[in-house]
Amino acid sequence: MDIIVCMKQVIDLEQLRIKPATRQPVVEGLPVLLGDFEKCALEEAVRIKEKGGGKVTVVAAGSGKLQDTIKEALAIGADEAVILTDPVFQDSDAMGSARLLAKTIAKIGAYDMILLGDGSADNYSGEIPPRLAELLGLPQVGGVREIEVLDGAVRATRDLEDALEVVEVDLPAVVAVTSELNTPRLPPLSAILKAGRKPLHVWGPDDLGIAADEVGAAASVVEVLSNLAPVQDRKGIIFEDPEEGVGKLVKALQQEGALEE
Amino acid sequence: MSGILVYSELESATLGLLTKGRELAAELGKPLAVALLGEEAVGWKDACFAHGAGQAFVANDPALDVFQAAAHAAALAQIVARAEADIILLSSTRRGRELAPRLAQKLSAGCVTDAIALSLQDGQLVVERRALGGNTISASVITSPRQIVSVMPKLFDAEPGGSGEGEVIEVALELEPSATRLVERRSKEAGAVNVEEAEVLICVGRGLADEGDLSLIQDLADALGGVVGCTRPLSHDNHWLSEDQMVGLSGKVSSPNLYIGLGLSGQIQHTVGIMDAKLIVAINSDKNAPIFRVADYGIVGDLYQVVPRLLEQLQK
Repeated sequence: MDIIVCMKQVIDLEQLRIKPATRQPVVEGLPVLLGDFEKCALEEAVRIKEKGGGKVTVVAAGSGKLQDTIKEALAIGADEAVILTDPVFQDSDAMGSARLLAKTIAKIGAYDMILLGDGSADNYSGEIPPRLAELLGLPQVGGVREIEVLDGAVRATRDLEDALEVVEVDLPAVVAVTSELNTPRLPPLSAILKAGRKPLHVWGPDDLGIAADEVGAAASVVEVLSNLAPVQDRKGIIFEDPEEGVGKLVKALQQEGALEE
Repeated sequence: MSGILVYSELESATLGLLTKGRELAAELGKPLAVALLGEEAVGWKDACFAHGAGQAFVANDPALDVFQAAAHAAALAQIVARAEADIILLSSTRRGRELAPRLAQKLSAGCVTDAIALSLQDGQLVVERRALGGNTISASVITSPRQIVSVMPKLFDAEPGGSGEGEVIEVALELEPSATRLVERRSKEAGAVNVEEAEVLICVGRGLADEGDLSLIQDLADALGGVVGCTRPLSHDNHWLSEDQMVGLSGKVSSPNLYIGLGLSGQIQHTVGIMDAKLIVAINSDKNAPIFRVADYGIVGDLYQVVPRLLEQLQK
């Protein structure tokens, strides 16, 4: 079974800082990594390949740093990677990104399943899987926490608010997964060393037949007016002595009306 | 092409969206309509009219029996055309999250999912959502002719209003047979613990050394009439608590009157789930833990020392 896994390079949010004066996030210069949900998608693809054969191709868009970041995906077990790092592609909105991925997948050619994360680690909008499925004319299943490959179909367990729903979808299909699906492996050193020798393609607008006004900021239909940390108006009263602190806390909570006196 | 169309697979969310939609429609001078898909939803039409819908577009088709975003998006696209709607409000349930972007792509429209606020500025719809892993709130406008927004469930309370009268319009859908077959649907084990509705929520994190010590946390919850929640490592790595009890970005969101965080650092992935708590109390042995930066009250101390003392005080 040939599987395409779409991954996103995101900034390391653990290291994100907020400028206190302006509430602006400082994203410049932060390290980048592959999102956790997409790693689960990749792990699942590699497990399916290990069991039944086939090929796993990773597609990822992002900055030039992807040349390095993507090696982790190849070390985990992808056979080949296509990265989309052309400046023309930067700052695409969800529609532009989906268009870019759809063109890339069309160029790759035959596949049985497309696996993605249910949302990216940074904005978790979840827009790409449904948009990609629509562009490729495929069925989609999202919120998937279990996958079983059948003959010509996939059985997926969808995680809903109050129920688990098991559905069968004819292949090819787009499947978006949650982190409950599996625990991605940590590749051994030997796999990391071998990753550098696996095929890595860098495709630009000419390779994909995509015009500059179809992607990037120019094609965006969602305009971000502001992106700031929320105003925090918490009291911030911290008792540093645990002995005294308990009594003071109880008293404060009584005054707040959160505890009966 | 100008009108607001509301759709959700849940009646409560539909009425909540109509309540907000009514306000937007009045300000923008647009009509407000609702899409009702399937037999059960048709029964909501009078409630929809009582919440401000002027038109109810009703439709049914075997392809809609099992949820499949492709079919539901195709159905809604046909209703959008018929209703001449340019603002489409959906609910950001698990199904809505699959549906909204697919509908948007079908209509070549921009979309914002998981909206936490809607407002109008100079006649334009401004949509807020959490971004950068919950660290920020972004405000956006959609510039395509049609705008698709999925709104966090329960954001808007349903309040009746409007004329109470409306018109039912039956739509004959043209849908392809679904490529999705339902095998089974099983209810999640109804966890006895409902962190979403809790008035008092006690959350515990990696500061808890042993599963057996959960009884200490439960004692505190019992003393305060609250429930126990946790951070991701305790539910998903240690499996000491159920996944239903995990509070945060990929878990439950709660707005209790009183939240107490015990032995948890306060990573944004967790605190995003309790931002709307009325009072936030933190107990952590590391005085630099981020949880203290979002707390109203805090005690710098080990939970194993503080919680027994707290219980003692509460029993007085």
